[in-house]
Amino acid sequence: MTTIESRAPPSQFVFRLRRALGGRAGWSGFAFQILFVAAVVWIGYEIVANARANLQAQRITSGFGFLANTAGFDVSQNLIPYSGSDTYSRVFLVGLLNTLLVSIIGIFFATIIGFTVALGRLSPNWLLSRISGGYVELIRNLPPLFQILFWYRAVLATLPNPRQSYSLFDSFFLSNRGLVIPKPVADPGLEPVALAVLVAIVAALLLRRYARKQLFESGRLITIWPYVLGLLIGLPLLASLLFGKPVTFEFPTLKGFNFAGGSRVIPEFVALTLALSTYTAAFIAEIVRAGIQSVHKGQMEAGASLGLSRGSTLRLIVVPQALRVILPPLTNQYLNLTKNSSLAVAIGYPELVSVFAGTTLSQTGQAIEIISITMGVYLLISLVTSAIMSFYGWRLGRSLGP
Amino acid sequence: MKRVSLVLTFALAAGLSTGAATAQTLKTVKDRGLLSCGVSQGLPGFSAPDDKGNWTGLDVDVCRAISAAIFNDPSKVKFVPLSAKDRFTALQSGEIDVLSRNTTWTVSRDTSLGANFTGVTYYDGQGFLVKKSLKVNSALELNSASVCVQTGTTTEQNLADYFKGNNMKYEVIAFGSADETVKAYESGRCDVFTTDVSQLYAQRLKLANPADHAVLPEVISKEPLGPMVRHGDDQWFDIVKWTLFAMVTAEEMGVTQKNVDEMAKSDKPDFKRVFGTDGNLGEQLGLTKDWVSRIVKAVGNYGESFDRNVGAGSPLGIARGLNQLWNKGGIQYAPPIR
Repeated sequence: MTTIESRAPPSQFVFRLRRALGGRAGWSGFAFQILFVAAVVWIGYEIVANARANLQAQRITSGFGFLANTAGFDVSQNLIPYSGSDTYSRVFLVGLLNTLLVSIIGIFFATIIGFTVALGRLSPNWLLSRISGGYVELIRNLPPLFQILFWYRAVLATLPNPRQSYSLFDSFFLSNRGLVIPKPVADPGLEPVALAVLVAIVAALLLRRYARKQLFESGRLITIWPYVLGLLIGLPLLASLLFGKPVTFEFPTLKGFNFAGGSRVIPEFVALTLALSTYTAAFIAEIVRAGIQSVHKGQMEAGASLGLSRGSTLRLIVVPQALRVILPPLTNQYLNLTKNSSLAVAIGYPELVSVFAGTTLSQTGQAIEIISITMGVYLLISLVTSAIMSFYGWRLGRSLGP
Repeated sequence: MKRVSLVLTFALAAGLSTGAATAQTLKTVKDRGLLSCGVSQGLPGFSAPDDKGNWTGLDVDVCRAISAAIFNDPSKVKFVPLSAKDRFTALQSGEIDVLSRNTTWTVSRDTSLGANFTGVTYYDGQGFLVKKSLKVNSALELNSASVCVQTGTTTEQNLADYFKGNNMKYEVIAFGSADETVKAYESGRCDVFTTDVSQLYAQRLKLANPADHAVLPEVISKEPLGPMVRHGDDQWFDIVKWTLFAMVTAEEMGVTQKNVDEMAKSDKPDFKRVFGTDGNLGEQLGLTKDWVSRIVKAVGNYGESFDRNVGAGSPLGIARGLNQLWNKGGIQYAPPIR
C-alpha cells in the first residue's frame, strides 16, 4: 500500500500579486496602469517646466525666495511677536495662527450652540422647539458673508468710541476698538502655581478614573466633584501663598486715541467668530437632530424605564449612539467653518487669505507660489481636522462595539 | 474677491503652462475689435462708472485715448474693474491689455511682475484723512491711532515706515476693497483713513458729511501713478507710452478738443510732424499718421482731461500742483514727438 503524500498547495504569491496589481485584466492591465501614471507624470512635468520657462521669458520673478524678504507692513492681531521688519514667512505664520484661532474657537462655540439648538428642537416644550426651529431656518438660509457684515457693521459698529466706552470696574472696556481687559504679567510665582495647576488636573483625572472603575466593578457611585474642586482651587492657592502671586495685572488706560496697556480682543475677531459659529451651528443642529432621531425610540423608553431622567438618557444612551451618525457630516461642518474664515478679508480680520494671499501676494506679485501655498495649507488643515475626527470616530466605534 | 484671484491665478497658471506667451498685443486688440482695460472698482475722478454706466476718469481717458488711436473710436474699450490685489495677476494672465488703475510706479513692481510702467498719469503722495472733531492738525499727532487701509497697496508699507520712523505706535486694519475701508473709517472703527491724497479727496465725496473730515497736510510718500503693460511687447509698450505723451504734448502746444481740426491744418513744422501731415511717426508706432488728432478729438489734451475728471471742473476740485506742465511749475513733461 502506498500512502499518498499530501502535496503542499502551489504558491499563490504570483497570482495574488497579479490580481493586486492588474486587477481582472492581469499583467496587461498592470502595464496600462504604468503607462497611464507615466503619462500623467509627464504632463505634470511639462506644465511645470513650461510655466517656469514662460515666467522666466516674461521676467516674472518666481520661486520661494521671497519668503525670506522683509514684509514691511503691520498686522492688527498677532499671536506671536511680529513687526514690520519681519519676513514674509513670519507673516504667513501670523496669518495661519489667526486662521487657526478663529477656526478652533468658532468650532468650539458652533458645537455647543449646535447641540443646544438641536436638543431644544427635539424638546417637548412647544415654545423652545419652535424658537430652535426658527433659529435654524433663519440662520442657515442667509449667506455667511452677509452675516459677518451684519455683526461687524450693524452690531459691533454701534459701540461707542474709546473715550465713551462702556467700562466695568474701570478695568474692562468695551468700545468700537474691541474689548480691552487687564493683561496678566508673569511674576516669579507663576511657575510653581502653573505646576500646581498641572498636578491638580492630573490628580483630578486619576480620581475620575478611580471613580469610574469603582462604579463599573463594584457598582459604587462616588461623588468626586468636591474633591476635584478642592484640588483645582486649593493646590494653586497653596502654591501662591508659598511662592508669591503668580501674575500681576496691567490695567488698560485711555491714552490719546486708544487704550494703552492691557490686552485687546479686536472687533473683527469677535464679529467673525460670532458669525461663523452661529452660522455653522444651524447646520450642526440639523445634523445632531437627524443623528438623535436615527436612534430607535425604544432606547429612550429603555432609559426612562430604568428611571433615568430625560437629560441623563440623552447624555448616556442616545447621544453616544447618535454620534456615530453625526460624526462624518459634523466633520464636514468643521471643515466648512475653517474655509469660511477666509471671508474675513471683507471685515479686515488679518487671517491667512488676507495677509498672505492678499497683501503679500500683491507686494511680491508671486501669485502662483502664494496661491499654491495657501491652498496647500487649507488642504493640510482640513486633512488634519478630518484625521482627528476619524480617530474620534474610530474610538467611538470601538467603545460601542460593531 | 477670493474667487476672482483664484480664477485669475488659474488663468495665469494655464496661460503660462501652455505654449509661449504671445507678444502681439496690437494685433490681438485689432482682431478682437476691443481694448481690454483694467481699472479700479470705482474711484471717482480716476475710474468710476457714471449714472448712465459709462466709465469716466483720468485713468479711463488713457484707455479711451489708446482705443481712439487704434480704432478712431474712444468707445471700443472693455473696462475690467479690479481690486488692488488682483490687478497684476489680471495683467500677467492676459485678461487685460493695459492696466490703468492708479498704480504706483516702484522698482519692485517694474522688475518682478513681468510688466512695465509706461509713464505717469498723476503724481500723487500718501496722506491721511481724519475727522475734524478729533482736532488733529498734523500726522505727527497720530500716536496710538487706529488706521484703516486697503490691502494690497504700497500704502501699507509706507504707513509702517512712517510710524516707525517717527517712533509712533498705531493699529492697522486692512480691508479688501476701498469701499469696505471707507465704511470702517466712517463707522468709527478707525481714527484715520490713509491712501493716496487724490483718493482721499475722491473717497471723502462718498462720506455722509464730507465737510466733517479733513486731509492732513503731511504727504508721506511719492506715488507716481501710471499705466502698465506686459513685458515682451515693445511695440505695445510704445503705443501706451506715447498715447499719454501725445496728450501732454497737445496741452503744451495749446491743442484742445475744440481746436484740434484747425490746428491740424497748421503749416508750422512741429505741428506738421505731430499731426502727421509731414513724416510718418504714427505709422512707425503701428498706428496711423493722424494718431494725435484722433486722441485729442476723443479725450482732449492732458489738461482738459485732468480738469474734467479731477481738477477744477470736477467735484474733486484738486489743484494741478505737481501735475502742471513742466513749463508752468509742475513736472508733467513729455519727450518731443519728432
